[in-house]
Amino acid sequence: MKRRRFTNSNCLSQASGAIFFLILGALVLFPAVYTLCNSFMSPSENSRYYAAAMGQNENAKAAFHLIPDAFSLEGYYMVFLRSTDYLMKFWRSLFLCLAISAGQIAVSALGGFAFAKYPIPLKKGIYFLLMALMMMPVQVTLVPNYIILDELKLLDTWLALILPMMFLPFGTVFMTQIFKGIPDELLDAAKLDGAGTLQSLFRVMAPIGKGGFISVFLLSFVDAWNMVEQPITFLKDILRYPLSVFLASVNQVNFELSFVCGVLAALPMLLLFFFFHEELTQGIELSGVR
Amino acid sequence: MKDRRHLLERRKKLTGMSLAAPVLLGTFLFFLLPFAICIRYSFTFGVGGAYFAGFGNYKDVFSSYAFRLAAANTLRFLAVGVVSNIALSFFLALMIKKGLAGSRFFRYILLLPLVLPIASVVMVLQVFFAETGVLNNWLTSLGVPIVQWLEGPKAFYVLLGLYLWKSVGYSVILLLSGLNAIPEEFYQTAAIEGAGSLQKLVSITLPMMAPHLFLAAVMGIVNAFKSYREAFLLGGKHPHDSIYMIQHFLNNNFENLNYQRLSVAAILLLLVLVFLLCGLYILQNRYREE
Repeated sequence: MKRRRFTNSNCLSQASGAIFFLILGALVLFPAVYTLCNSFMSPSENSRYYAAAMGQNENAKAAFHLIPDAFSLEGYYMVFLRSTDYLMKFWRSLFLCLAISAGQIAVSALGGFAFAKYPIPLKKGIYFLLMALMMMPVQVTLVPNYIILDELKLLDTWLALILPMMFLPFGTVFMTQIFKGIPDELLDAAKLDGAGTLQSLFRVMAPIGKGGFISVFLLSFVDAWNMVEQPITFLKDILRYPLSVFLASVNQVNFELSFVCGVLAALPMLLLFFFFHEELTQGIELSGVR
Repeated sequence: MKDRRHLLERRKKLTGMSLAAPVLLGTFLFFLLPFAICIRYSFTFGVGGAYFAGFGNYKDVFSSYAFRLAAANTLRFLAVGVVSNIALSFFLALMIKKGLAGSRFFRYILLLPLVLPIASVVMVLQVFFAETGVLNNWLTSLGVPIVQWLEGPKAFYVLLGLYLWKSVGYSVILLLSGLNAIPEEFYQTAAIEGAGSLQKLVSITLPMMAPHLFLAAVMGIVNAFKSYREAFLLGGKHPHDSIYMIQHFLNNNFENLNYQRLSVAAILLLLVLVFLLCGLYILQNRYREE
């Protein structure tokens, strides 16, 4: 770190930088902060201010309302304690996303090990195909996925959400890059000690590639928690919808609670964001090194 | 001796194949095989694709108003969105690199919109952009006629804003890692040779950043397709014409399960994407060689 010289122009640019980033930062944070603040409003206050915006009261006008008139935990009581619907939805969505991420990690640990350290026929071609598939948006794969899920009679079950997502090639490509950076000598040494293939994966590769696994977990979990296209296409029963889609219907029926529901849906993401911030950033940076 | 080595080589290949089996079988079953079925569907008609249709289905899709609208909107959104995404994030990355006050804080929160479920903040958006919402309320008090934010042509720009809000963070992190990888000596040498800051940007920064810009553009495209989520949660399955995207077209055809049309749409989308990505890749290589 260079020592800062406090000349006049330096002070000026520091100050303008601070203002610039402060304004942009406020813009970035605004929706989340507004949701959080408004979640501490009682449902009746909520409906007083926002019924107009939701088209439920023609005469009233929606007003900007960041700080609640009266601090209230009634919304939280309604969502967390009074009814079990929301929490059930939450836990089930969490289970769904953990299943997807765990599957993705298992598949990509094996696949990454194979592509990084073993000879495979047509390796380059297959790897290129995986990378190309990785760049395809969900709109390209939705129709093929639907066709095969229909054949396998998996539509309208959660397996329809789990299976295609856990086999996405992203993790394999990512882990291949990570594993390629681990020297072969370590593997040879492990082999001399009598370690089998899976043993060297678990004992040698996995501990060194830990950061990579965390990144794969984070990115696939975020993707799964925020999915919308797959549930509305593969599931007909609205009751099976995960939280990411279900909340849209809360907005229409019980909009007084939707700020609290928003906090509930954001909770796992916020925890991951604050606890694994560096890994998340590194994951995105590493996905650029190819 | 030769035999033994041959045997060892074969065993290694076998191990590699079995390690890669999950990802390869999953990719084949959920993506490649059904995509082949898609291609078959796209050239046939009748139950189960009994009759050969030539390019009839393609003609049918091309002449449908809904598809043209969806394709035009998607392409327009991609063009405007990705270009402004790259421009904005390049600028922000340069600003952060300067290390002004507040840049560390800004870099920290940049990724929050990416992980935050859109369902969490959709209520805020409703409150602000609804016909009787906060923004229109402000316009009225200023004596300006109100704007149909979500049910008019402006919806396109609301969606664009949301896309930038959500995905600029990803691009900034990618570009920033590229900026940090450029050796400081390059700039020092250029400074000795009397290069100005614009010249440095054009002849050092941009060429060195070509791979990162390419990747940011690719991820920008992938993320642009995810904007459907915001469009869906804000406007439902039948939004205003200006944000009727390719995913809306797919949804409408999933409702009556028109496999032919769905397959054609998926194939066309794939072709467009392959074309786009190849174009970007060639552009990147050419720029880097100079």
